[in-house]
Amino acid sequence: MIKRRFWAVILILVSLLIGYFVYSTENSTSKFKFKLGLDLNGGTELVYKADLTKASTTPAEVKTSMDVLRDVIERRINVFGVSEPVVRVERVGFTGGENEQQLIVELPGVTDIEAAVAMIGATPSLEFKLLSKDSEQLSKDLEKASSIEEKNKIAEKMFEYTGITGKLLKKSQLEFNQTSGEAMVALQFNTEGEELFAKVTKENVGRRLAIFLDGDMKSMPVINEEIRGGKAVISGNFSGSTGIKEARSLVNNLNLGALPVPIELISTQVIGASLGKNAVDASVQAGILAFIVISIFLIVWYRLPGLLAVIALAIYTAINLAIFKLIPVTLTASGIAAFILSVGMAVDANILIFERMKEELKRGRELGDAVKEGFARAWLSIRDSNTSSIITALILFFFSSTSMVKGFALVFLIGVVVSMFTAITASRTLLLAIRNDKAGRLLKFLFGAGFKK
Amino acid sequence: MFIVKYRKIFYAISVLLVVASIASLSIWGLKLGIDFKGGTSITFQYPTERPSIEAVKGKIDTLQVSPAISGTYSLVPYGPTGYVLKTRNLSEPERALIMGAIQSNTAEKVEFKKVNTIGPTLGKTSANKALVSVVLVLICIVLFITFAFRKVSKPVSSWKYGLVSVLALSHDVIIPMGLFAVLGHYLGYEVDTLFVTAILVILGFSIHDTIVVFDRTRENLKNNRGDKSAKSFETIVGESINQTFTRSLNTSLTTLLAILMVFLFGPEATKNFSLVLLVGVFFGTYSSIFIASNLLVTIEKFQKKA
Repeated sequence: MIKRRFWAVILILVSLLIGYFVYSTENSTSKFKFKLGLDLNGGTELVYKADLTKASTTPAEVKTSMDVLRDVIERRINVFGVSEPVVRVERVGFTGGENEQQLIVELPGVTDIEAAVAMIGATPSLEFKLLSKDSEQLSKDLEKASSIEEKNKIAEKMFEYTGITGKLLKKSQLEFNQTSGEAMVALQFNTEGEELFAKVTKENVGRRLAIFLDGDMKSMPVINEEIRGGKAVISGNFSGSTGIKEARSLVNNLNLGALPVPIELISTQVIGASLGKNAVDASVQAGILAFIVISIFLIVWYRLPGLLAVIALAIYTAINLAIFKLIPVTLTASGIAAFILSVGMAVDANILIFERMKEELKRGRELGDAVKEGFARAWLSIRDSNTSSIITALILFFFSSTSMVKGFALVFLIGVVVSMFTAITASRTLLLAIRNDKAGRLLKFLFGAGFKK
Repeated sequence: MFIVKYRKIFYAISVLLVVASIASLSIWGLKLGIDFKGGTSITFQYPTERPSIEAVKGKIDTLQVSPAISGTYSLVPYGPTGYVLKTRNLSEPERALIMGAIQSNTAEKVEFKKVNTIGPTLGKTSANKALVSVVLVLICIVLFITFAFRKVSKPVSSWKYGLVSVLALSHDVIIPMGLFAVLGHYLGYEVDTLFVTAILVILGFSIHDTIVVFDRTRENLKNNRGDKSAKSFETIVGESINQTFTRSLNTSLTTLLAILMVFLFGPEATKNFSLVLLVGVFFGTYSSIFIASNLLVTIEKFQKKA
């Protein structure tokens, strides 16, 4: 008995500590502040589709391409000083093939889409492709082709993928042609690029190697001999003063990183800061009210155990919030709704235990036994019903397409798991701590539930 | 016990609601939001007072964009001083043009609260994913129940428990969908990804409820086995429903209270979401108590006859 009470006191103390952690880390400097999603904080989300169709690549190559893509975009955003941007790559659905990849860019605090799109749009994509050996035949076919699809099909065959792309670029600089004085953009590849470039040029002497920038062909020089040292030049497009300017900005952009594949903007979302602020206030208010209403209901209906359930619920809330901070979970409006919903469902475990306990009491068991029996019998229901909720949460998490739904699923999953945990620990420990084998009438009344006896 | 006795009345109520829902779904269908069909939505607000809908439409209609959007977009009031404009998928320049037009000839600074563009392919992917998620949840739940109740195969085999729960689940999901078909037709309520999330949560909640009642049946069947005064299956199910009745009501009540608070006081973004949940959780509880276990009794009677 004393041991039970000791544990109950420890439990409450630990929970108070967790609660204090949640509360005290809410100042502006702490790294454990709640992370709010774009819909609550204001900001921009851009979704790009990576165009991998023209590069006949293996899954491993696709992965490196997408990783480079992410790094390049991340570096570029960092230059512009956006705080805590998120850049992530996602495969489009489980139905889509390897070649359907998305790049999602989240920019908290940025509410000017034009600026955001321009910022990322300036990133060039650079590819070197070999002109097909059958190019003459293909261009004849192209003229004959009637439908656009047919033309596209033929156009795709015109160039062969070489693997030499922006991801292999080390640096770029502005140079001038010694004789004509025309501006040129010099490219220097990294070691891996150097080897590949030498190999491709060695094997294809006499053929034409086309340079594509943002999907457009810039030039198509003939390969005269094997090129060692990994140097290449883009020329022929930069004449006059505008040409020099163009070449200079291209050099700057290339040095910030070049994309291995072209990307296309398919979705944008901007949320003003005030909308987010209102949503946070409304969510917090709804959460507090939900807690109060549920507490009143529990205490009125279940009396003393009800009060214990409220304490267990408070512990549940504290643990949950602490987990949100530690992982950290990015909270969205739907995530907060999931949390409030999970509070409602967490009560269920307690209700199941209490109802069973009440039955055992009716059968004439001692209070102490009734608590133990009630818990043991309720456990199977709690376990099985929560397992089904966990299955739902997992499916939602892995198969959802939007961050809004993912956020919801994650919070819901954490909620269900923590509610099982608190049912075993908190509710049980508290109930066992206050049981008294020599129960008087008052205690029996306090354990009675429902309005009629 | 009256729940089992009068089961035909409860079946009738449910069948009526489900038929009405399916009818409204097939006549009007769900109004898909831009999440699923692609498009652009712009939410904007005026600081003090909004101009009339005609005035704003007038500004947008004169714009030269191709293909023309005049007559194809929707403009509905948002909050006390704002509007939401929904139109086809706009390119960046087109969007800037329209936002400029809305601001033009207005002394006050218009605040653009939310701008959302979703490409048609992305929308289609989301719709497919949503559908697959729902089907997947249903399959997994049948499998789980078949597994969890594998030791109870008499008099009704465990996969039938799974089947019955899926029937009850479909009921719980079809009714809020039907309601949204009606709301979509009369009030323009749209279905977005959050709606699908809500449907999935209803699935989770309702199965949770159904399992608690089944679990009690499982336990009572086990206790009854060695008993000389063996009770009929009907009696056992009736007792199980009665024993779990208070718990089912109380759990649903607390959950409904929580969702009600989100509906009443929560942010605008989760209003429709919580409405779907309210309806779904209500019918989820109804089906767990009045439909699912009763179906077990019906199946058992049917087996005896056969």
